[in-house]
Amino acid sequence: MPLSTASTATDVSPAKPAALTFQELLFRLQSFWAARGCVLQQPFDVEVGAGTMAPETFLRVQGPKPYRVGYAQPSRRPADGRYGENPNRLFRHTQFQLILKPPPVNVQELYLQSLEAIGIDLSKHDLKFEEDNWEGPTVGAWGVGWQVMMDGMEITQFTYFQQCGGLDLDPICAELTYGLERLAAFMQDVDSVYDVVWARDPETGAVVTYGDVRLTEELQYSVYNFEDADVDRLWAHFNSYEAEAQALLTKANALLADEKASAAEKHRFPLMSTYELALKCSNLFNLLDARGAISVTERVGMIGRIRTLAVGVAKVYAAQQTV
Amino acid sequence: MADFLLEIGLDEIPARMIAGAEAELGRRVHDLLTRERLLGAGAKVTTYSTPRRLAVVVEDVLAGQADTEEKLTGPSWKVAFKDGVPTAAAEAFAKKAGVAVAALEKVTNAKGEYVGATVKRQGRAAAELLAGELPKEVLGLYWAKNMYWRAGKPERFVRPVRWIVALLDAAVVNLEIAGIAAGNLSRGHRILHGDHAVDLASPKSYVETLRAAKVVVDVAERRQTIRKALDKVTRTVAGARWREDEPLIETVVHLTEWPTVILGNFEQEYLALPEEVLVTVMRDHQKYFAAEGPDGKLLPHFLTVLNIQVDEEGEATIRHGNQKVLRARFKDARFFWDFDQKVSLADRVENLKNVTFQKELGSYAWKTEQNLRIAQVLDLAVKAAGVAFDEAALLKATELAKTDLTTELVKEFTELQGIIGGLYAESQGLGESVGKAIYSQYAPASTDDAIPATVEGQLLGLADRIQTITAMFGIGSAPTGSKDPFALRRAANAIVKILAESELPLTLSDVLDASGTEQANKEHVAAFLRERLSFYLKDVRGFAYDVVNAVLAAGADDVRDAIARAEALTAVRGSEDFAAISAAFKRIKNILRQAEEKKFAVGSPKDATLSAEAQQLNDAAEALAPEVAKLRQQRAYGEALALIAALRPAVDAFFDKVMVLDPDATVRGAHLGLIDGVLRGFSGIADFSEIVAG
Repeated sequence: MPLSTASTATDVSPAKPAALTFQELLFRLQSFWAARGCVLQQPFDVEVGAGTMAPETFLRVQGPKPYRVGYAQPSRRPADGRYGENPNRLFRHTQFQLILKPPPVNVQELYLQSLEAIGIDLSKHDLKFEEDNWEGPTVGAWGVGWQVMMDGMEITQFTYFQQCGGLDLDPICAELTYGLERLAAFMQDVDSVYDVVWARDPETGAVVTYGDVRLTEELQYSVYNFEDADVDRLWAHFNSYEAEAQALLTKANALLADEKASAAEKHRFPLMSTYELALKCSNLFNLLDARGAISVTERVGMIGRIRTLAVGVAKVYAAQQTV
Repeated sequence: MADFLLEIGLDEIPARMIAGAEAELGRRVHDLLTRERLLGAGAKVTTYSTPRRLAVVVEDVLAGQADTEEKLTGPSWKVAFKDGVPTAAAEAFAKKAGVAVAALEKVTNAKGEYVGATVKRQGRAAAELLAGELPKEVLGLYWAKNMYWRAGKPERFVRPVRWIVALLDAAVVNLEIAGIAAGNLSRGHRILHGDHAVDLASPKSYVETLRAAKVVVDVAERRQTIRKALDKVTRTVAGARWREDEPLIETVVHLTEWPTVILGNFEQEYLALPEEVLVTVMRDHQKYFAAEGPDGKLLPHFLTVLNIQVDEEGEATIRHGNQKVLRARFKDARFFWDFDQKVSLADRVENLKNVTFQKELGSYAWKTEQNLRIAQVLDLAVKAAGVAFDEAALLKATELAKTDLTTELVKEFTELQGIIGGLYAESQGLGESVGKAIYSQYAPASTDDAIPATVEGQLLGLADRIQTITAMFGIGSAPTGSKDPFALRRAANAIVKILAESELPLTLSDVLDASGTEQANKEHVAAFLRERLSFYLKDVRGFAYDVVNAVLAAGADDVRDAIARAEALTAVRGSEDFAAISAAFKRIKNILRQAEEKKFAVGSPKDATLSAEAQQLNDAAEALAPEVAKLRQQRAYGEALALIAALRPAVDAFFDKVMVLDPDATVRGAHLGLIDGVLRGFSGIADFSEIVAG
């Protein structure tokens, strides 16, 4: 090989068989895991920053009852918005979130099979499990695990969840989080997430791209998050949601401690609604952060306030399970 | 004799923890076999590891422990047997020893006749012992971070245990670790070999059987393979070489079971970004090696170590994927670089009010004011000593030192704080002195790292760190035991290192005084700095602990002077004369301590008529003292110590012939005054009594 040619950065993309569309990718992952006993859930309908925060993870990981669930969760990160101008960063991305409780002994092998199921030929890629321990301070959660690297790109976060809502988990669970946009861009070999083919008409071959579906909203959300969100009102919303959640938690704790209250009364306590209020606080915190309204000093305190709510909810949930 | 193999199969172990665990496992197995008398004469312990396994092979393990015989002695024969009939005492002893009464023997020793018993203990089989003891050893391995995985939380380990191989030659040792029964089945490379088990016939064939399953279990071999492959692949670019990076080599060695290397490229245009940024992205974020030309400048290539062997198509795919990721990261970095330049460092000073330094203390704006105050004091001290440097640059650099914390690039690459500020300062026309000082403010980052090259950088580094240390001590956040969350030890190590390896005319107390902290806190920090100086002399400079103690007892403030004294002392420490001198000084100290305890008055040699030997020592000491003092002044420590060693004959004769603690109080007082004078007169370079003989 003539030596000089190696130094020019020509990057010829290797020929690829037609990669899955964005939606086919999701279908394949869903059917793969459904065939392995997972409940398929729909995305949770309150704003969350990550699939972990949806109750199908946050609450279901508590307690001894085995559970397997998968769902695609739109995840909002206001500070990551880039007005639709950055090819890799999004305000809202989609996580395919999977909880396996307890983790099967061959959980890693199953995960590798899921990659094959979406059309990745593992014999032609470089795959590494690199240590990456996850921690979610606002929800009192942490675990140990890896970022799964494929050809230098992180395609999945793989965590053995140890604690959630400040409570030790027993049994623990495996949490697999596939970043769908990234994975699709990787498989379709496009440089911008907006060029990802979302759907292809099987008859005409006409394509709808990720940009067609989402570019405008990425722009608009960024404008709101960075420019228009009213800081004073955000604070007011935060305080209001927090106060309501706190009041409910106080009520729950009194009810659960009340020996005269019946089991039926205890089960009626609206825990889900309380948790949703805590999630609202979390999203408002992220918005305030994106607006630059939270100083570093305040940040620690804010995280503590949200954590108090999340931990409170987890405790009530655990207590409710044993009533 | 048998060979033993233990392999623990795990989900991927964090790369940073593998080497330590592998060594510890080898040590534990070796110690266990030694403790249980199972190690043969020619035994050899070899350890292996990959991301998915830790293994140890021991050649020459005994099949079982040797039987032992122990002789026990019991009550006297007369008590045990009355007229040849065993008494209760004989029966009790026989029971305790576990032998029949009929087997008791008569033992005659110097004290008389006693009952004896020979107790035979049968050695246990290696397999049985290993099965019982090994699980505890394995589960006792230290991991920096552990996890639970089984319901009921029976054990914690770094990652779930997936398989265990335990073989004594071809036989499986029946042990169980974390619910997994040992067998002879291992696993190969996840992709190249697949999920089917690897049958291990014997410990001897371990390495080659795993190699056939596409796993190189020998860490040194993988390291060698990677280095060679890096060389080979880099040779495809004329004049290029890969940039040596020992820690990165270790990381990729522990991330791979079957390593290969490919070369990737990036667009020439990104070379316009600072090299520090490019290398950080490649090394820290992507684990790539950088390539450089003969001039040491970066080339638009990178090398990545794969955990697989692929065909040409696979190579093209993997290269393409990695290049894409790197390009996206470089693009981001360039965006941040350009974006940050829109607000100058000077305009960022105001924003530091919003960046917390420490909750109880204040913001980085507050810290910057404190640093400036200290820098001004150090500035004056250094200037007064006639050192030439750019004072304005020092103050400007101190003022702007922390402003890069508000830049996007530092938020993205926190490990580049300081460096980014320095680069921005230069590109914003603030001059090389300011830029270099900001750039190197966090150097040395470790004991192997170089100190800042310029006086401005050194002074900024000192001011910043002494401010942090005194302030943190002031709010009760001094390090305790293994806890040092604010890395204050590292900060103090850096202060010592800067003073040791620069030419700054400053002592530890000069730096501490400049902080302006109040007296009680100052004493606390002074002791801490002294402990760090001791650490530096021992662990970084490699001086013997007794030399360090001796030297620091004679002064621990001037760092470079302490080093010079330690060097001189180390040079003479082995000599016979010097050993005698230090023994004599130890003796002097002991005598003076005794005298103090007994409340004996210390007088002057002039108080009494001295014996010839005492007078001789007095004369010798009086003659030498001014000479030694002069040499000490000139820091000619080697010569001074040689002179002190010349005291030996007089000292020897004195201790040989003179009773120091004479019954006569006047004579005793004179003697005590004499030796006290010798001690004081010659302890200015080091406290020789601290030197440990031989």
